[in-house]
Amino acid sequence: MNASSPLLQVRGVSKTLGGRAILHDVSITVDPGDLKVLIGPSGAGKSTFLQCINRLIAPDEGEILLNGMPIDGSSTAELCRLRQEVGMIFQDFNLFDHLTAEANVALALRKVRGLSSDNAGKRARKELERVGLASRAGLYPAQLSGGQKQRVAIARALAMEPKVLLLDEPTSALDPELVGEVLAVIRDLAAGGMPMIMATHQMDFARSLATEILFMEQGRIIEQGSPADLLATGANTRTRDFCSRLIASESGKAGA
Amino acid sequence: MDAFLHSLTTVFNALPYIAQGAFVTIVMVAGALSLGFLLGLPLAVAQVYAPRPVRMLVGLYVWFFRGVPVLLLLFLFYFGLFNVIGLDLGMIGSSCAVLGLASAAYQSQIFRGSIQSLPSGQFKAGRALGMTDMQCIRSVVLPQALRISIPAWSNEYSILLKDSAMCFALGTPEIMARTHFVASRTYEYLPLYIAAGCIYFLITLAGITLLRRLERRVRIPGCAAPDMTGDSAGGMQTGI
Ligand SMILES: Nc1ncnc2c1ncn2[C@@H]1O[C@H](COP(=O)(O)OP(=O)(O)O)[C@@H](O)[C@H]1O
Ligand SMILES: [Mg+2]
Repeated sequence: MNASSPLLQVRGVSKTLGGRAILHDVSITVDPGDLKVLIGPSGAGKSTFLQCINRLIAPDEGEILLNGMPIDGSSTAELCRLRQEVGMIFQDFNLFDHLTAEANVALALRKVRGLSSDNAGKRARKELERVGLASRAGLYPAQLSGGQKQRVAIARALAMEPKVLLLDEPTSALDPELVGEVLAVIRDLAAGGMPMIMATHQMDFARSLATEILFMEQGRIIEQGSPADLLATGANTRTRDFCSRLIASESGKAGA
Repeated sequence: MDAFLHSLTTVFNALPYIAQGAFVTIVMVAGALSLGFLLGLPLAVAQVYAPRPVRMLVGLYVWFFRGVPVLLLLFLFYFGLFNVIGLDLGMIGSSCAVLGLASAAYQSQIFRGSIQSLPSGQFKAGRALGMTDMQCIRSVVLPQALRISIPAWSNEYSILLKDSAMCFALGTPEIMARTHFVASRTYEYLPLYIAAGCIYFLITLAGITLLRRLERRVRIPGCAAPDMTGDSAGGMQTGI
């Protein structure tokens, strides 16, 4: 418990899947107040990397340190602790389809935190209120819009009181008109100082809120720096190049 | 006309006796389905999530019980294995146990299919919240897999009900045995077997109606109603 050590440190993660090297020696550090944005083309390894951080995928090499303490991946108890401290939001929400919004949030509170049904329910409604869904607590995922689903997923993760949040393209599966409501919630979290690592293609969001942008390609982080450095007009960076192509294709779609 | 009246009287007089057989059949089938469920569910979970050697053992179990005729299983266990290990379950108990062991093999494959048809993301989400794999399976995977399984399970019920008629060969006093007994005494084969057939038909219908009601009751709000054609086809199968 060294006070000067970073909140979360990921060092030298490599991963081979299906005989192909997907991640090569990837590292990231998260300090209090950080919003690290991971960008890069599809297939770069962003999802794989994020899932290595909370060990949903066991990395072949590398270490994960929480408050300077390495996590022992072979210990179920340590994994459980890591995953409570490091929450995750998925691209396609992954809500529990058979449970109401409230029960989605309450489930892990009961099973992992050992809260009674009553307390878990109360706590769940509070978290749903925080993401503006108090009135939707009794609805099932199939009765919610994509944006609402993602907000329930965020409430579900926040209920575990994580110290760091991993977000894997949280708005990529949403209709354009629903992106805003989810980004607003994430913006609030950032304003509240929640440390986050977020893979996204929302460049305006990254530009205005990221403390650092990491550009990933073919399993490597090939550029990293502040949004100002990487995205400045005239900056000759891969990041800027990628973003301008992204914006071009977006407006191309809008024009079509 | 006289003959017809005589047949009717015979059937009518035999009904209470055969109805007791229906009770035996229902108890036997309910027991076998329950045993098959209690055994089949862990078998399915093991076949999906357990390490390879365990999966292979489950595969062996399923392969054996699906590969051997029910009648042979009944003889094998009742006259053979149960004697060898000194297990005396009685006739009804033995029939129930054998049907249950066989049904476990079929039910495990129903549940396995349902588990594997679920999107894997929810399991991942459970893990990401700090839940153990067992907790994810119990609270996330199975509640959904069981819902999906109801139509196929209803099919298994109708097949098992009719398989239970084979316990007649052990002398278990169920519908078939009792009908056969009366028929061989009165020679009213045709009307008695028609009556027995009607009883099977009614029990099948009752069970399937009940299960369909259950399916509607546990349907997840907002989800589209599943296609019911598989279910009604299941109700028509003879199961032999
Ligand atoms: N289980 C797997 N087996 C084999 N290859 C995989 C597996 N999962 C992902 N990959 C591959 O790893 C690469 C990175 O995938 P991913 O992390 O999803 O990238 P991103 O999130 O940046 O789009 C892709 O080429 C993908 O095909
Ligand atoms: Mg991805």
